Amino acid sequence: MFVAWRDLKFAKGRFALMGTVIVLITLLVGLLSGLTAGLGRQNVSAITGLPVDRIAFDAPGDGQQLSYGDSTVTEEQWRRWAGTPGVTGAEPLGITMTRATAGARGAGVSVFGVEPGSRLAPDGDRITERAAVLSVPAADALGLGPGDAFTLAGQRLTVAAVQGDASFSHTPVIWAGLDVWRKTAPPTGDDGGPAARTATVIALNTTSGADVPAADQAAGTETVSRTDSLSAIGSYTSENGSLQLMRGLLFVISALVIGAFFTVWTVQRGSDIAVLKALGASTGHLLRDALGQAVVLLTGGTLLGTAVAAALGAVVAGSAVPFVLTPGTVLVPAAVTIVLGAVGAALAVRRITSVDPLTALGSAR
Amino acid sequence: MSLQLTDITLTYPDGEDRLTALDRVTLDVPRGSLTAVVGPSGSGKSSLLAVAATLVTPDTGTVTIDGTTTTGMTRGDLTDLRRHKIGIVFQQPSLLASLTAAEQLQVMAHIDGRSPAGARGRAMDLLDAVGLADHAHRRPHQLSGGQRQRVNIARALMNDPTVLLVDEPTSALDQERGAAVIDLIARLTRRRATATVLVTHDRAHLTVADRIAEVHDGRLRLPAGAG
Repeated sequence: MFVAWRDLKFAKGRFALMGTVIVLITLLVGLLSGLTAGLGRQNVSAITGLPVDRIAFDAPGDGQQLSYGDSTVTEEQWRRWAGTPGVTGAEPLGITMTRATAGARGAGVSVFGVEPGSRLAPDGDRITERAAVLSVPAADALGLGPGDAFTLAGQRLTVAAVQGDASFSHTPVIWAGLDVWRKTAPPTGDDGGPAARTATVIALNTTSGADVPAADQAAGTETVSRTDSLSAIGSYTSENGSLQLMRGLLFVISALVIGAFFTVWTVQRGSDIAVLKALGASTGHLLRDALGQAVVLLTGGTLLGTAVAAALGAVVAGSAVPFVLTPGTVLVPAAVTIVLGAVGAALAVRRITSVDPLTALGSAR
Repeated sequence: MSLQLTDITLTYPDGEDRLTALDRVTLDVPRGSLTAVVGPSGSGKSSLLAVAATLVTPDTGTVTIDGTTTTGMTRGDLTDLRRHKIGIVFQQPSLLASLTAAEQLQVMAHIDGRSPAGARGRAMDLLDAVGLADHAHRRPHQLSGGQRQRVNIARALMNDPTVLLVDEPTSALDQERGAAVIDLIARLTRRRATATVLVTHDRAHLTVADRIAEVHDGRLRLPAGAG
């Protein structure tokens, strides 16, 4: 790094320009990562927070995908799952989106219908036909506290408790009884038969002894892990996919920009490299020097960009912007930027191997 | 002998033919002596230097540096040999723009895996030997052409080589500065006991050479009695 350090100091302008580009790309990646995580949490936190390991959907038709929006399970399916060996918990869960009002205030909410006393909901034992548990964002949006009254799709309810920050599909969650949910989103009719007592999915706790495929076949369901079930939230899949694509492209752009810069830099240093080789510097030594220089530039720029992204994220995280500031959203993108940038630089500086020391002898043929 | 070139033939591709750059050249250079190699452009002077510097492998013949024959050596071995036994003074000073005069010399320790800081004393001694101790902190653009060439010479001596190869050192200098540089090379050759080969097309300053070899069409002609 003897020459590399001095080059960094001597060619300040060029390296500062490149460093600024790295800072800006890292800043963009950092902000996008925090935003992706924040939007994702707004989309799925009610599902990822469920104390279950699997979700059973009504088996979709040919060519159809699993969907929380389309699935409807019956009491018969739920009973069958509850009686399956290896299943330690099977609870119906109804999900729908509607509007809640409290006085002059109103908000779009997701209603998660559970059986009274269900462990799926926070403070589930306080849920009744007339009382619901509100997530903090829902209570904030409606200006409600415990004991207050509100209207959910025409039904008058009271706030049993305010707990958690669950969101689903970018709306805050209200945990209500299944009967309330059924009246909010009447599924297939109200004839009093088995079809009237439905839910959206069945939330399952299973042990390794559960024969899930066989139970699915018997119940007419399709069961996936809780994590895999997130792809059944249409808005999450498309939104997350788009944001991840943008992030991935930024990583690629970062590597290409770094590679382009060090390609030009290496070409400009061609005569210096030839002289050093002629004087006895090994190719490996020169490669290490050049790559070390790239890593110093990358690390410095990335750390600065990440620090700025974290500072901006800390400012906006408490606001309405859905931004998640965690080591995962800050450090992982920084590490990926450094690694991919180093790969780009390595591909660029490898041309050092092809520099002929003979060219240092100006008049040599 | 510290540098021995024995029956060296070097050819280059030239279209479908091959052009002979060196034709059965034999040259022995003892330590502490300066051999000037002169000849017109394209005669083979620089090819001779490139072979002696182990930068080009001849078609036939052997190169022996301080008792080590280079035939069959790997590229890495040749690089090591160059680093430890051969000093090269380039036609253009070829100094690194980001380094000071002292650092141009310290870099030789760096490429040898030693601490550049530990080589600072030797670098200052050599800069003093070439009359540039006061310019140690100057970068190449702050030095004159003659001063850059003297740094170039000091750098070539940094690893205490047994063979010093000098390529047209006066080509970018005026007569006065050129003469001073040639005198310096001659003095350092004797003081540091290097086997020095000085390639030049300028015969004006050759009185300091122990002998003068002429190259024409790739053939080396030495004065009678010289080996």
